[in-house]
Amino acid sequence: MLLSVRSLSKSFPGTKALDDVDFTLRAGEVHALLGENGAGKSTLIKCLTGAYRRDAGEIVLDGAPISPASTSEAQALGIGTVYQEVNLLPNLTVAQNLTFGREPRRFGLVDGRAQRRMAQEMLSGYGLDIDVGRDLGTCSVAVRQIVAIARAVALSGKVLILDEPTASLDAAEVRLLFDVVRDLRAKGLGIVFVSHFLDQVFDLTDRVTVLRNGRRVATEVTADLDRLRLIEHMLGHELDAGKSDAPRDPAGADADTRTELLRFRELGRRGVVEPFDLTVHRGEVIGLAGLLGAGRTESAELMFGVRTPQTGRTTDAHGPVSHATPREAIAAGFGFAPEDRKTDGIVADLSVRENIVLALQARRGWTRPIPRAEQERLAADYIRRLDIRTSDAEKAVGDLSGGNQQKVVLARWLA
Amino acid sequence: MSVNPRLYPLLATIGIFCVAYAICWMQFPAMLSTRVVGNLLTDNAYLGIVAVGMTIVILSGGIDLSVGSVIAFSGVFIAVLLRDTALHPLVVFALLLGVTTAFGAAMGWIIHAFGVPAFIVTLAGMFLARGAAYMLTIDSVPIAHPFFEALQSAYWLMPGKGRLTLIAVVMLLAVAAGAVLAHRTRFGAGVFALGGGVQTARLMGVRVGATTVGIYAVSGFTAGLSGIVFSIYTGSGYPLATVGTELTAIAAVVIGGTILTGGAGYVAGTLFGVLIMGLIQTYIVFDGSLSSWWTKIVIGLLLLLFILLQKGLLRLTAARA
Ligand SMILES: Nc1ncnc2c1ncn2[C@@H]1O[C@H](COP(=O)(O)OP(=O)(O)OP(=O)(O)O)[C@@H](O)[C@H]1O
Ligand SMILES: [Mg+2]
Repeated sequence: MLLSVRSLSKSFPGTKALDDVDFTLRAGEVHALLGENGAGKSTLIKCLTGAYRRDAGEIVLDGAPISPASTSEAQALGIGTVYQEVNLLPNLTVAQNLTFGREPRRFGLVDGRAQRRMAQEMLSGYGLDIDVGRDLGTCSVAVRQIVAIARAVALSGKVLILDEPTASLDAAEVRLLFDVVRDLRAKGLGIVFVSHFLDQVFDLTDRVTVLRNGRRVATEVTADLDRLRLIEHMLGHELDAGKSDAPRDPAGADADTRTELLRFRELGRRGVVEPFDLTVHRGEVIGLAGLLGAGRTESAELMFGVRTPQTGRTTDAHGPVSHATPREAIAAGFGFAPEDRKTDGIVADLSVRENIVLALQARRGWTRPIPRAEQERLAADYIRRLDIRTSDAEKAVGDLSGGNQQKVVLARWLA
Repeated sequence: MSVNPRLYPLLATIGIFCVAYAICWMQFPAMLSTRVVGNLLTDNAYLGIVAVGMTIVILSGGIDLSVGSVIAFSGVFIAVLLRDTALHPLVVFALLLGVTTAFGAAMGWIIHAFGVPAFIVTLAGMFLARGAAYMLTIDSVPIAHPFFEALQSAYWLMPGKGRLTLIAVVMLLAVAAGAVLAHRTRFGAGVFALGGGVQTARLMGVRVGATTVGIYAVSGFTAGLSGIVFSIYTGSGYPLATVGTELTAIAAVVIGGTILTGGAGYVAGTLFGVLIMGLIQTYIVFDGSLSSWWTKIVIGLLLLLFILLQKGLLRLTAARA
């Protein structure tokens, strides 16, 4: 056994995030860690890598008990990690991020040329053609994700941990990543893989461990498992097989028959997005597809006024709609869940309740505060409807699990 | 060849310095002599040294308000020890640097261990160091020691009769050492990482505690070194000296193109920040009719200009990216 975890426990104020969890990882296997949002997956990972200090339990790597007190210690032990929040530094270059902590040195000083060469080598095999001297902050989230993965892979002498690495990758990038992972598996590494995409889990992994409310409920061989049983493990109750597949809106399938809601005409900004048209109908979900760098994020940002459009006009049934700034867009009834939740989406130090009422309050104007009772009702309502796992509405959003933070961003715009 | 956008503020600083120098030169051709250059470096040596430490602190997203008081303490410490003991000045210098470095390290440790904002901790350090200076003496203490006098009069002659003094050389060396430390070592990478975000830095494997202690220790060291240079420059120790120098140093760092919130900037830029401020002073001296308060006004305007410039550049690069 490469890595074994026995009776690991970890509590936060108000939550028992991990309760007596056992987990084993063999050399040469990909082990999926599954569970609902807030089940404790990221916490387990952070205890393994020294980002959190565990309350109780034992971790054994290669037969020797380990107790990493910091992530650098875990890295030195051969554990490479991609955390759920892509954790790299936007103010450093791609090369600096990739080689951070292992910079090639000459005469004790960092050798910039060797550093760039090393970074290029680390990135080769990911099909990414970028200048490694660029600031990471100017790269898209997907590129950052790949850089984070490349860094973790290079650091992982024994164990590679990937916490939802595929969340912002497209299908081709995911295939690329999987090839890399399979390669590492063949080399005898142990890989922990967290994902909410069950297809990916069945495609890639050898075994599955399911967590629910901080406890381990099952560990099974992936091939012996069917999808329904897996979901039942995760949810903790039986699933009515037919229910979730039923089409929800059989009547309104045809876009042309719906009423038109909003029409963007020739919306664009020089050097960002060429002018485009888009019509949105009532009750419609529109997907914006495209390759990396095609301008998906930028188009969305234009529509919400994060970047002010330079050309185009937007109309609804009542005439022109102005959305040059997020403030105007909010007033016009737009909502926006940004690509990068951590920096753009949530206000980490405010409570769940405060985050949820933020947009609503902005629409009402600050002179008409929402009464506290109303705020609490709203928060309770969305916590229930979106199933946000939190000990209470006053918990700081930054302390929620990643998925639950995302739900809070959504709740804000639904409220 | 395209220029990395990160270099823009640095290039802007150097550009402004060159333009300012050209303007001065057109009005007073004498300003383009090595004498003026030598004086410029000598007069601002203590500021340049302390600004190097401040740059590293600010790059890490911190601030050190104690340095002005530490410089005053250093001067008094040296003067009193040389007056009351038979210690050699070099021994006194070594003792002093030990004290100020430990003082900085202690502040760094408190900042890290108790999670107190650097602003508060170093504000306390500012009062503490100033108080300690007063405890040693309340008067201005002249320094009279043959070795000290030798240091004061040490210089290299530059072509054109300009004098490159010892303290100017110390300042240039401090800048070079600071630049290497910040940009070419793993410690420096950790400094930038902290400036980019403490949580992220921790997850990337930065030893946050050790790095924070190191950063403020460096600042304490440069403040002590600056104190030594200041005592050589003035030939005395005075507890009321260099009030507000920490703010001048911060201004030099920002004019030098380092972003006040940390994570981006260059030590070399700070040298130019210091020189620009010195140049304004020199211009006022040359002019003769202007009040020295103009220095403050121009520095205030420059500071504002630079912050606006940085914002503008950021927007420009964001639009291009
Ligand atoms: N720093 C923290 N402070 C307080 N509570 C926390 C903290 N980090 C996590 N928690 C709590 O611990 C529980 C488990 O969170 P964790 O992040 O491990 O979930 P997860 O399984 O990774 O979920 P997701 O799929 O949403 O990422 C959650 O209830 C969360 O609110
Ligand atoms: Mg998680």
